[in-house]
Amino acid sequence: MNRRVELRNHLREQHNFRFRLAISAGFVLLLFLLLFARFFYLQVSQREHYHTLAEANRISISPIVPNRGLIFDRNGEVLAHNYSAYTLEIVPSKAGDLEALIHELSTVVEIAPRDRKRFKKLLEESKRFESLPIRTRLSDVEVARFAANRYRFPGVEIKARLFRQYPKGASAAHVVGYIGRINDKNLEQLEASDDLANYRGSQYMGKIGVEQSYEKELHGITGFEEMETDAAGRVIRTISRTPPIPGNNLTLSLDAKLQEVAEKAFGDRRGALVAIEPATGDVLAFVSKPGFDPNLFVDGIDSENWDLLNTSIDRPLNNRALRGLYPPGSTFKPFMALAGLELKKRGPQHAINDSGYFSLPGSTHRFRDWKAGGHGVVDLHKSLVVSCDTYYYGLANDLGIDNIFKFMSQFGLGKKTGIDIEGEASGLLPSQEWKMKRHKQKWYAGDTISVGIGQGYNLTTPLQLAFATAVLAGNGTAFRPHLVKQVLNNNNEVVREIGTHPLYTLDLDPDNLRVVRNALVDVTQPGGTAALAGTGAAYSFAGKTGTSQVIGMKQGEKYDESKIRERHRDHALFISYAPAEYPKIALSILVENGGHGGSAAAPIARLVMDYYLLGKLPEEAAALPVDQEDEEGEHD
Amino acid sequence: MIEPLRLWHYLTRYVDGFLLGGILLLMLTGLFTLYSATDANLGRVTNQGINMLVALAIMWLIANIPLQHIMRIALPIYMTGLVLLLGVALFGEINNGARRWLNIGVTRIQPSELMKIAVPLMMAWYFDKHEAALRLRDYAVATLLLALPVALILRQPDLGTALLIASSGFYVLFLTGLSWRIMATLGVAAAGSLPVLWSMMHDYQRRRVMTLIDPTQDALGAGYHTIQSTIAIGSGGVLGKGWERGTQTHLDFLPERSTDFIFAVFSEEFGLIGNSLLLLLYLIVIGRGMVIAANASTQFTRLIAGSITLTFFTYIFVNVGMVIGILPVVGVPLPLISYGGTSMVTMLLGFGILMSIQTHPKLVKT
Repeated sequence: MNRRVELRNHLREQHNFRFRLAISAGFVLLLFLLLFARFFYLQVSQREHYHTLAEANRISISPIVPNRGLIFDRNGEVLAHNYSAYTLEIVPSKAGDLEALIHELSTVVEIAPRDRKRFKKLLEESKRFESLPIRTRLSDVEVARFAANRYRFPGVEIKARLFRQYPKGASAAHVVGYIGRINDKNLEQLEASDDLANYRGSQYMGKIGVEQSYEKELHGITGFEEMETDAAGRVIRTISRTPPIPGNNLTLSLDAKLQEVAEKAFGDRRGALVAIEPATGDVLAFVSKPGFDPNLFVDGIDSENWDLLNTSIDRPLNNRALRGLYPPGSTFKPFMALAGLELKKRGPQHAINDSGYFSLPGSTHRFRDWKAGGHGVVDLHKSLVVSCDTYYYGLANDLGIDNIFKFMSQFGLGKKTGIDIEGEASGLLPSQEWKMKRHKQKWYAGDTISVGIGQGYNLTTPLQLAFATAVLAGNGTAFRPHLVKQVLNNNNEVVREIGTHPLYTLDLDPDNLRVVRNALVDVTQPGGTAALAGTGAAYSFAGKTGTSQVIGMKQGEKYDESKIRERHRDHALFISYAPAEYPKIALSILVENGGHGGSAAAPIARLVMDYYLLGKLPEEAAALPVDQEDEEGEHD
Repeated sequence: MIEPLRLWHYLTRYVDGFLLGGILLLMLTGLFTLYSATDANLGRVTNQGINMLVALAIMWLIANIPLQHIMRIALPIYMTGLVLLLGVALFGEINNGARRWLNIGVTRIQPSELMKIAVPLMMAWYFDKHEAALRLRDYAVATLLLALPVALILRQPDLGTALLIASSGFYVLFLTGLSWRIMATLGVAAAGSLPVLWSMMHDYQRRRVMTLIDPTQDALGAGYHTIQSTIAIGSGGVLGKGWERGTQTHLDFLPERSTDFIFAVFSEEFGLIGNSLLLLLYLIVIGRGMVIAANASTQFTRLIAGSITLTFFTYIFVNVGMVIGILPVVGVPLPLISYGGTSMVTMLLGFGILMSIQTHPKLVKT
């Protein structure tokens, strides 16, 4: 009995056990199926996804920044080039206490206060994970010294970088421009133009001037290297390498020597000069004084220099030739004269008797000539040579504002010339429509009178004046002014020529042109307003002086130079071209607060012409007549 | 010709060929995978080979011992283990924030490893003693026998080992026929105690659980392992990238790839097909263990065989589940494949017991 119970117990136990074991086996199978399902999900359904992730893990793509294109002047002189140098860079996010780190660093490598200031400025503008230079252009000794102490400086690295350099310094800085570190705004622009990918790895881009406007040509195409890396980011091997394509080189239409001559001719004076080749639109010289050293900007300008440039009363960063707005003054007269002839409001022989002022019919208001008592009998020729205001008051009245606006527009006044750098101002050529829109006032007949002598609402940039002069010098054929003549590829083969086709040709009567142009030649002859500047010129030198008021004069108030602060003195202007018969160069000059166009601006033109046409350097040309205050001098 | 034959007979008398075949195939797979995982480090592979030989020898020794003898030492082993665990809790050495080792002068030992075998042995022994009529009280005692070491190990803390020991004990309870009602009650109680358990967990353990839910939450910390291992497995595809050609493995992206995460290496290089074959191989070994358990003649042998087999399965499931991202990261090796001597010995000790059960004359109570 006992044995049977035990046996039955035993059998029941075994039976129970096997039952439970079977359940376990089912459980095991179920869980293995679960594992298999997960394998299937990962390795079949999601395989692509994980494959991509594994590749991304494995392969890192690092950009290879292309060499930036070089910039030459029209004779092949280098205006911007690159050189390789070592920089010491800090990644702020890895560095911890920056103050302490920089202090430590300064015990190994010299760090000037200027470097610290620049770094601080960069730090404010950048993101924390960017690598920022604390020192540039390290010497070999410094590189070695840092390398030996490297372990002390986590987040600090030595990098070999290409640096932009502008060997001519401040000369033509406004034209060539400069590159600077890419900022947030630049990034947005790059993103908008879909160029962001090409700038992976690039730290710099053009900020102003040709460097900016030809950024796409100069930058080149970024190459990249596909590298297999391990989890620590160490490169195991290079899988493929797509070399970068260096940026294109640029040949400017600028003549660097001429540019320097022109800049020197200004001395310490503020102003602008634009010289254009009438037959091509090549900009031969483009001066804005004072200038600045673009090299300061290349690896981030320090705050001290930045403040200096920004707060200077002379505003050196302002491109006066491109953006400066000045009333054209009497330089407007040749175009007015031509308008009078073309629209048959005046004939060459038609003369007026200038008694020193002009009044509108039925008005007592006197528009005064610059010369008290007037110039006597004045025909069109004389009106230009002596710069008679009264003649043009009457002419303006006879033409009317609509005609003036239409005619002057043809010479590019009041609109952008379309030169190939950014930031150009469009100036102001007044019209009825403009006044209504801007001042909500109708145009009065009196408004037209002062427009006739380039005052009133008139505003032009030196570039516009040079363009208009070039169109006049080219007998009405207009070329878009351009600073870049050729785009060259890396082998210096021409990829693109710029400005070979005229924009338009004005339909002007050659006889009318001859009358005006003859008068302009006589401006630099004895009796003309620029007679002194023209003395002894070995070529026919055409020009027109101008003086534009900085502050408004009350009716009848006598202009007294000595009483007026220097900054309120008139601006001196001069437009010119030479040789007059077949002009090779046309230019406009503005000397801020220079006084008289004939005495302050015209001599600069003479120096520039002498160099460009005769090869005479300013030292040789120094014997030119010095500015003497001349009772008969132009003063309009 | 006689002598070698007798030697062969002597050597294989108590060895289960079927089980041994499966074990050897798994070990071979392990060595190949390890070779790749260590970037052809022959030193490590040789080391592991030696571990395997030692473990095989121990297995052979155990297989030769009749179970009655083993049964007799169940209580002393268990008691020793418990004392040592208490010793660890009081005087243990702290290593990586966990108190797991006990320095006994000559060497350092990890008593929790011993308990992996001692606990099921003890529980099977206890149930065998009380087999005639199991009462609720017996289950209570058995549960206490299990809970004591598990609690001590949890405190070390060593979640992986605690989990394995708890499951080995649970299997014993389950196989003795613990009533479903009690299990359901215990299950509800366990679910209810989860918040309590959560509050008792260490920060790193909580992090691991959270990481399981969303590995990207801590992509460079606790989630990194799981993210990299799933990438390795997923990118392996159906056919795998080929032996020694796993990019995740060889470019250092996979952490702990020769130990706990070795399955990711295998899976990346041999793909879904390799995984399936490996699971099949494991299933064969588990199946054989179950057959041995089913055929075992006494309650003790049955329970111990069943527990060992199911614990073996638990190792596999927890390890693979962790590597493929369905279980939290706990330190459980992939049996017979992960690098390391201790777990290899523990594992083969169990298989030795299975072989002993299968090959010694069955004592049927008559």
